[in-house]
This record gives sequence, structure tokens and C-alpha cells, in this order.
Amino acid sequence: MATVDKSRVPWWVSNLIVPLVNLTLALFVSGLFIFIAGENPFEAVSLIIYGSFGYIEGFAYTLYYTTNFIFTGLAFAVAFHCRLFNIGGEGQAYIGGLGVFLVAINFSFLPVPIVWLLAVGGAVVFGAAWAFIPAYLQATRGSHVVITTIMFNFIAASLMVFLLVDVIRDTTQMGPHTVALPEEQWFPSFEDFAALFGIKIRYSPLNISFLLAIAASFFVWFLVWKTRWGYEMRAVGHNTQAAIYAGISPYKNIIIAMCISGGLAGLLGVNEILGVHHKIVAGFPAGYGFTGIAVALMGRNHPIGIFPAAFLFGILYQGGSEVTFDMPNITRYMFVAVQGVIILFSGALENLFRPQIENFFVNRLNLKAKA
Amino acid sequence: MVSPILELKNINKSFGHVHANKDINLTINKGTIHGIIGENGAGKSTLMSIVFGLYQANSGTIKINGKEINLRSPKDSIINGIGMVHQHFMLVENFTVLENIILGFEGELVFGKNLEKAKKDLKNLCDTYKLNIDLNSTISDLSVGFRQRVEILKSLYRGAEILILDEPTGVLTPQEVDELFKILRSLNEEGKTIVLITHKLIEIMDLTSEVSVMRQGEMVGHTKTEDTNKEQLAEMMVGRSVLLRLDKTEANTGDVVFRVEDLTVKDDLDVTRVKNVNLEIRAGEILGLAGVTGNGQTELLEALSGIRKVESGQIYLDGKKVSDSQNFLDPRELKDQGLAHVPEDRQRMGLVTDFKAYENLIFGYHDQQPFSRSSILNHKDIISHSKKIMEEYDVRPQSPNLITSNFSGGNQQKIILSRELNEKPKVLLVGQPTRGVDIGAIEFIHQRLIDMRDKGAAILLVSVELDEVLSLSDRIVVMFDGKIVGEKENTNVTDRELGLLMAGVV
Repeated sequence: MATVDKSRVPWWVSNLIVPLVNLTLALFVSGLFIFIAGENPFEAVSLIIYGSFGYIEGFAYTLYYTTNFIFTGLAFAVAFHCRLFNIGGEGQAYIGGLGVFLVAINFSFLPVPIVWLLAVGGAVVFGAAWAFIPAYLQATRGSHVVITTIMFNFIAASLMVFLLVDVIRDTTQMGPHTVALPEEQWFPSFEDFAALFGIKIRYSPLNISFLLAIAASFFVWFLVWKTRWGYEMRAVGHNTQAAIYAGISPYKNIIIAMCISGGLAGLLGVNEILGVHHKIVAGFPAGYGFTGIAVALMGRNHPIGIFPAAFLFGILYQGGSEVTFDMPNITRYMFVAVQGVIILFSGALENLFRPQIENFFVNRLNLKAKA
Repeated sequence: MVSPILELKNINKSFGHVHANKDINLTINKGTIHGIIGENGAGKSTLMSIVFGLYQANSGTIKINGKEINLRSPKDSIINGIGMVHQHFMLVENFTVLENIILGFEGELVFGKNLEKAKKDLKNLCDTYKLNIDLNSTISDLSVGFRQRVEILKSLYRGAEILILDEPTGVLTPQEVDELFKILRSLNEEGKTIVLITHKLIEIMDLTSEVSVMRQGEMVGHTKTEDTNKEQLAEMMVGRSVLLRLDKTEANTGDVVFRVEDLTVKDDLDVTRVKNVNLEIRAGEILGLAGVTGNGQTELLEALSGIRKVESGQIYLDGKKVSDSQNFLDPRELKDQGLAHVPEDRQRMGLVTDFKAYENLIFGYHDQQPFSRSSILNHKDIISHSKKIMEEYDVRPQSPNLITSNFSGGNQQKIILSRELNEKPKVLLVGQPTRGVDIGAIEFIHQRLIDMRDKGAAILLVSVELDEVLSLSDRIVVMFDGKIVGEKENTNVTDRELGLLMAGVV
């Protein structure tokens, strides 16, 4: 079998055409599922599109989900550039949320913008701290982060349940959640913005954390490709032995990469606590940490790819709930399966058609060059 | 008279846009030792892989004994009497010789009479060709030279009439090479046809009766070995005349700038690999360190460059102690002290092959001005610096944005060399500078090392290529089993003397 010379493949073939083909295939297979379940796949697609774009609140929900996926996707991507599989985004986000809440409630005497800044800092520090322990164990003892971070997800969940039941529970209520933060600390929501322009819309969880997510994307891009730290992290990730040769410490970089990763995951807590729930609710990370892995892989660990991938998963989340609402044969789990198919085609089977597609374009370019 | 046993007509093979074999015609006569010589990447191995059925040609015909055949897999080739000994041996390390040889036929052989017969046949083969192999020894206990014999025996047992050897001497000591050549000659006397792929001219002159030369995927010449000489073959290989002996003036040495005292180093498995080594290198001289791979050179280089911990002993740079078992400078601190290191394994250590060329050109110096200011990489300066040194060192193609793995071996080596030499180091450690590098680039790299020496650098050259050590060094030390077993001024040393030292005989 002829191999393709990678340097001859135009960037748009490997970065646009190939993912699009994979996505189309995934949607086709998902369509089959829906068909087998007894519903019309085309109708389902139009429902997804209506649900996620068709009305203003629906679109706002889509962007709200996108925000969370950007945070967790970026978190995974940063660690992955150092070849660390941080699947502990879920736990780091949970603990990050704790940081947000503790800072906001304890510094409520300060002016609101300062509280916000400190709360964002709290999210980063708590998330990073939760990632630090597995990072330290990996760097010094070689305990694999895949194992330790997944265990730390369980530890985080149990710890938070303990805190929410026995330590910081709102004692006037039955549920496992804290008291609400003072209302002036709540992040301005999309609703409030629309109201400024005299447009009245119904509730949606979208809030200014979306802008924070965009800022975080720029930060990650700059960090990974424009700074010495990013350079060293990538060197350690691609070739640890070469890094040691060049005097770059793998130990230091593993810890830095994991802490930045954990900090980014922690930012999910900002969206959820300051923006949506205004208190810690048990289980608020709701699997975003895990879906972030798929988002990052699909986005090829680059912020420019992560944004559309996060958006796509936002559409699926929001549009999917619309479909399950209108189509009795399609359950919520059906959409988990659809996500699974997308992850399968854009992650695990990513190289299924890549050689053929790349070959096709390289041959066409060669022909053109000859003519 | 001679009759052709193997005929190739108009063989073409492409990998993507790389045309590895272009219209190759080759006739190999029965009972000859036929050499195929060419630079790395000339297409020799591809051609022989087609003959052995590992690759299928895009077009062309193959005839064996005048009969056109279709080789779809190595199995077809074996049936047709072709055997191949690869550069990297295809042996199961924890199996015995016998188990390795019957692997693939074990269904009929493992039990009963057939196995006894197989053993007898193998003993006969060993005796006929003086292979001297114990069938019951485990492969991992055998030296490289013996493993190669097992490969040869395997091919013979499967009925090979044509035996192809791909760069068989790359991993052998001179003495082992002699043994191998003896075996090949005796095979030839018994009527076997041998095809020897190599890039070493001396082997062609020593062993073969006919030779074919390949260059850039094309067959550029056939001749009887007795009608040609090394210079002519080299010219055919490269397409121009090359300097086989370097123009090198007498070394103008200064003070000792690098000194190693009683150095002992252990490897990752806690085995002592370097034993009480003492070395001294003066400014303006090249000290060559010869030795067969795996005698502690790798660990020595790693310890000297700060990558590996020193077990005991001291290292002095410019009269200042830089490392002992308690305190040692890390690679970056050693760089600041003026020590540069071109590592033995460029892809595993010297480069991040997934990085772009410009990222590798600053590798290890990326935190210095002007490449980074307050930890932010200065893209513009890095690119202009990269362009400049890529031109200076003739790295091709001159595109700093190309991913490093797309450069050829020689150009990757030039990337490392330009990076390390550009800092004008006081001490330069060089490991296998020309491994897997084509002749044109070898010449260039050697010239650069001599230039560095003339500018007053103290250079330690570690190489398994004796020719390289002999042509570059001012003094030569030989390492065997972790110890320095001999030191010679490079005036009247012969490769025989060094070979004996390398084999630990003297």
C-alpha cells in the first residue's frame, strides 16, 4: 500500500475535509439508529437544528453547553500536549466549583468585580490543586495519570457529597446543596443583556462565562505555541528523552501541564456556580469533564478546533433534548449513543479514511502540477 | 559458461511521490557474489525487498533461472530459492536456534521423526559451511555475529540458492566481518549465489566478483569488480568525485580543557557500563573513541553531557569540577559552561521529530536571548536565525516551517550539528555523527568537525565506524567492556590493530 507524503497534504484536507467526512459518516450511522428506533432521521435532524438554532433561548442553551465543553476540552488539550491523558477533568471541575463558592462567600464584603476575579482565581487554584496530586505522583513515582485522575474523580465526588451533606449544606433545605450566593454576585446572564436592549426573553443559563471561555481559548493558544513553557511541554510530550538531553525537566513540565489543565477544568465551576446555580449543587459537573476529552480529540487539541467541536456537542446536547421531548421512541440515552458514534468516528476511527482522502487530493494536485 | 539465475527487467516502484526504483535492470549470474552498492536511500533495500516478495513492483518482470515468476509474498520467494538476511534480524530472542529455524514449519516438525531429521540436516549444513552453531543455545545468549549466522542457516535450510544480505556488516567487529566473509566464500564455493547490499566500498572490493551501482533509485552501472576501483565506484555512487581522505592539517593543540577521572557509570538496569575511565582532551584536538556498539560508549556520552548520573569519579571542564557523584550540572548548565553534545541517536534524543525545523534549531537554547524574552518566544528572530543557519549548513530543503521528520537523515543530522556548533562550544561531544547519512553529507559533516577543531574546540568523537575514527581523530582510544583498553596517536595505526582492541583480544 502506498503511503502518503504528509508534507504534500494541504492543511485544509487533513484539518477540514477529513473531520467533515468522519462527522458525516457518524451522522449517517446515527441516522440509522434513529431509523431502527422507528423515527424519521430527517425529522430528527430538523428537530435538532430547530432546537439548537430555531429560537433565541434554544440557541442560548447551545452556547451555554458550548461554554462548558470549551473549558473541559481546553483542559484535556493542554495536558495532552505534554502527552498526559488527564481524564480527571470531572473531578477538577467539581473541586474548582468548591473554590469559586468558598471565595465568593468569604469575600462578599469586597466590591463585586474583585470578588469575581478572586472567584475565577479560586476556581483555577482549586482545580489545579486537585490535578497537582496525580501530577506529582506521575512525575516522581510514575503512577499513571490515567489511573490516578480517574480515581481522583471518585474521591472528588465523595468528598463533595460529604461536604454538601455534613459541612456546607444549606441547613434550612433538604437537598444536598449550599446556600445561595448574594444576588449581586451572580454573573450577568444573557437575559439581562437582552433586557438592556429592551428585548425580553425567557430564562436561559447562558452568561458572561462564555466570554471567559473565549479568553481561555486565546490563553491556551498563546501558552502552547508562543511561550517557552508551551514549547517545553510539547518537547516533553513528544520526546521525553530529547527533552532531558536539551535540559528540559520532564518532572517540572508534567506538573505545570497538569496544573494548568486542572485550572482550566476548574473554570467550569465559574460557569456553573456564578453563572447558573449560584450555589454548589451535588453532581454539577454532570459529565462535561468526560465529554471534554472527546471535544479535545475531535478538535485536534487546538483551540481553533476545540471551539467548533464544543459547539457541535452543544448542538447535540440542546438539540438532542428537543428530540427526546418530541419523539417518544428516542430516549435520552439514544443521544448518548449518538455522541458515542461521533467520538468513535472522529476519535478512534479517525484514520479510517484519512489515507484514502489524502491520497486522492495529493494525486489530484500532482496531476494539476503536471498539466 | 555463466548463466543468469536472477533477472530483473524494468522494475519500477513508487512510494507516494517518491520513485524508489526507476526502470531497474539487473542480471545476477549463477554462482557469483554480486554486490549492490549505493548511498543510503538509493533504493537498494527496496529493490531487494521486491525480489524477496516483501513489496510488489508497480511494473516490470522478474525471472528466476529463465522462468518468469510472480512474487507476491516472501513465501513465494522462499519456494523459488531466495533467502534474505535482513539488517535487523528476525529472530525470537527467547527461543533456541532450532526453534527459530523451524518457526513456521513447526506443525510437521515439532514431534517425532521429522524433527530428528531436521536436526540432522541442520548439523550437516553447519558442518558443510563451517557455521559452528549449537542448535540448542538460546538466541539471547548469542553474539550479534552468531545471530547473523542463524539467519543464514535459516535461509539455507529453507532451500535458498540465492542469498541476499542487507548491510550485513553494520553491526559486526572487523574480526566478525572476516568470519562472515569466510562463510560467504564457502557458500559461494558450494555453488550458492550471494547478493550483498552495502554502502561500504571496501567490502565490495574484498568479496564480490561483480558489482552494480545504484544512485537515486536508478541503476547507474554494472561492472566486474576486478575492472574497477574504489574511487571509480564512489564517483558512480555519488555522481561526482568525492574526497575519501580528508584534507587535515596537523592539530594545533592547547591546554587540556576536558578531563575525566576514574569515571564509573551505571545504566538504567543498574549494570555498571563505564568502569574507571580516564580521558583528557586538549583544545584543538579530536579524540576518537572507537568500540563495538554496546561497550559503554552510550552511557559514557550520557554521563559526560549531564544526562546520566555519575556513579563515581569526576569530570572537569576548563579546570573546574563540573560533575561527581554528589554534585552535577544538568545538561542546560553544562551548555552554559560551553559544552555542546551531538547525541548518538538523533531521532530519539537529538530532535523532536514532530517539531518544525525551526523549533528544533533552537532546541536546548530556546530560553536564551534573542529566542525568548520573558518566556515568550520571539518568532521573528527564531525564523530569521533558522534561515541563516540552514543556509550556512546547507540543510535542504531550506524551509524552517517543515516538520523535521520530513527531512532526510543527513539533513536532520545537519540540523543538530548546526544547532550545537553555532554556539561555538569549548567542548564538543559527538556520537555517531554520520550514522545513516549519505556520502555527500558525511564529507560536509567531517569538514565541519575539522573546522571546529581548528578553531580550538576540544572534540570527543564516538563512532562505531572505524574509518571515521581513523580519518578524523588526532588521538584514538578504544573502549571495550566499559574500560579504555588502548590509546594510540593516530599516525601509524591500522584498523587491524584497533579491531583487535575493540574485540577485547589484546
